[in-house]
Amino acid sequence: MNNHLKTLEEESIYILREVAAQFERPALLFSGGKDSITLVHLARKAFFPAKFPFPLVHIDTGHNFEETIVFRDWLVNKVGAQLIVGSVQESIDQKKVAEETGKYASRNALQTVTLLDTIEKHKFDACIGGARRDEEKARAKERIFSVRDDFGQWDPKRQRPEIWNHLNGMINFGENVRVFPISNWTELDVWSYIKQENMELPSIYFTHKREVFERDGLIFPASPYINMDGEAIFETDVRFRTVGDMSCTAAVLSTADNVDDIITEIKASTISERGARFDDKRSEAAMEKRKLAGYF
Amino acid sequence: MELLKFSTAGSVDDGKSTLIGRLLYDTNSLTTDQIQAVEAASKRKGFDYLDLSLLTDGLSAEREQGITIDVAHIYFNTDNRKFIIADTPGHVEYTRNMVTGSSNSQLSIILIDARKGVIEQTHRHFFIANLLQIPEVVVCVNKMDLVDYSQEVFNKIREEFEQFVKGFDRLHQNLTFIPASSLKGDNIVNPSESMTWYKGPTLLAYLENVQVNQDINTKDARFPVQYVIRPQSEEFHDYRGYAGRVVSGQLSVGDEVVALPSNLKSKIKQITTFDGNFETVGAKQSVTLLLEDEIDITRGNLITKVGNEPKTDKEFIAQICWMDTTPSVPGGKYIIQHSNNRVKAMLRDVDFIVNTSTLEKDTERKQLKLNDIAQVQVKTAQPLFFDAYEQNKANGSFIIIDEGSKNTVAAGIIL
Repeated sequence: MNNHLKTLEEESIYILREVAAQFERPALLFSGGKDSITLVHLARKAFFPAKFPFPLVHIDTGHNFEETIVFRDWLVNKVGAQLIVGSVQESIDQKKVAEETGKYASRNALQTVTLLDTIEKHKFDACIGGARRDEEKARAKERIFSVRDDFGQWDPKRQRPEIWNHLNGMINFGENVRVFPISNWTELDVWSYIKQENMELPSIYFTHKREVFERDGLIFPASPYINMDGEAIFETDVRFRTVGDMSCTAAVLSTADNVDDIITEIKASTISERGARFDDKRSEAAMEKRKLAGYF
Repeated sequence: MELLKFSTAGSVDDGKSTLIGRLLYDTNSLTTDQIQAVEAASKRKGFDYLDLSLLTDGLSAEREQGITIDVAHIYFNTDNRKFIIADTPGHVEYTRNMVTGSSNSQLSIILIDARKGVIEQTHRHFFIANLLQIPEVVVCVNKMDLVDYSQEVFNKIREEFEQFVKGFDRLHQNLTFIPASSLKGDNIVNPSESMTWYKGPTLLAYLENVQVNQDINTKDARFPVQYVIRPQSEEFHDYRGYAGRVVSGQLSVGDEVVALPSNLKSKIKQITTFDGNFETVGAKQSVTLLLEDEIDITRGNLITKVGNEPKTDKEFIAQICWMDTTPSVPGGKYIIQHSNNRVKAMLRDVDFIVNTSTLEKDTERKQLKLNDIAQVQVKTAQPLFFDAYEQNKANGSFIIIDEGSKNTVAAGIIL
């Protein structure tokens, strides 16, 4: 096996086992994207031949790519995991959050409320997430064990020092910890690992014909969830580099229909992965602000 | 491809962010949107140059104040190697974050401003690299363009640094000195045309070729049990596997092993993973062990080879760095997390607190404040199974947790 992927894998397995041992009610936050799919794969390895001892939690914005949901249900069935779904639509119906309006309306920010409610309802004390430090500069600052207060808030100035391999998961009642086992992986590491492990992915990661429109230099999928402003819809070959809410995830023009081609494409790309996420472009500190509020 | 983790330390305005920016920029590691974002933000701030620190200072409070508060992790690679940079703060009030970022580094870059030479902060940075026993230290004398690329200035700084280093009882480092200008790009990725008197490698060439992983203990087998795996399925009815990560040494099928603290002996029946079984495993590998006999083993226990056991004791001497804003309670009770074990512990006595700049020892003060580095006497409620940090980093380090706040209040190494 590739030397550095092995190093990263072993570190991640170590972290996942620490979660299972240090916490009473951990959960794995599953978005259906490549990073959380990698987490599921690593979790299977960490506890083999037993099943991994935590459920998958999906925060469903109701604005998902259908392909992601089909894949989610297939994977849950394949690995025999328990699936818990937190619904943003329900949070809206309960008037806990209000739908954004305007051209750039997105349910992305609303997820945080549903996530925190789901954590509280199931009393999760640790939530494993697939965030990577190379994605965004606020994430580059975050620890592997990130303690959140009883409002789910992150305080970057009060982060616990994380020294050598000592992960401190001790918390007070009501607090919980976000755990990021693939913190040290890069986008290319994830793809190289997907190739090496021959992992399956939702079809939207590979090229397909789709109706799209252009906005602010990015290509968005035409969908009923976006307030299209008379923008012209056209069909072209695209794939998605990152998978989030349909209203804020842009596509890239691509003919890559296999993992090798995707790796070649990423190596040649001059745009970062989050460059295709509109939610990060709202301000310079967009991600940090969402994280402060409890986003992962 | 090999992975090298290194950390960078430097005082404010030594050009640390520019150095990192230069490394990334000259190795084509930045994407267009990242550069555009930095350009736009620099312009908004009214700068007429690219403020590369905007790449690494990811928190609003950092950008606002123009200082690095917490460790940023940055990733890049060349054809030869993959790199993880822990960009650590230089400010004295964030020493704890420097310790955090440096603890897993195989190499430390200490930046010196050629105009200022060796200063108090330099002493502190080297002190921490030495304390943590980081095997390689690169002293990067930066801003050489501002001293006319003078060989004399460089040599003087080098001599001064070597003189300071002589004051240490134990030297764990290989020292390398590189004259550079991050702003102009001299000797960072490209060799300098202005310093033809320098015959050594550029910083990147050095990082690409330095030998790593030499500080892993390959002699003493240490396997702390993280988690007991019991599938309780039809297929694996009586399965009882001990999952963990080999922290040092090697383990093979057939080895006679002993579990601590029970002292019960058995033999390794199988070393297993999701990807198949192994005959032998070494440091850093995450595996699951099956033993021939059913003995009582739980998380926190240590599996080691018979005849190669670590020290087992309830008392030891350690060097610790206090990391919490709440000062220590002399004689107070805390929790020590060592390996996968948590035990109650008492800070019995403080032998001395060291001044990291002058190396002077204060034997009077007994209460540790944020960022203090001290030698202490520790007593634990249950015995720990440890090695000296010098022999075995993984089994000779620990953290101290405050039972009330649950915070990590100190990091320690066992002497």
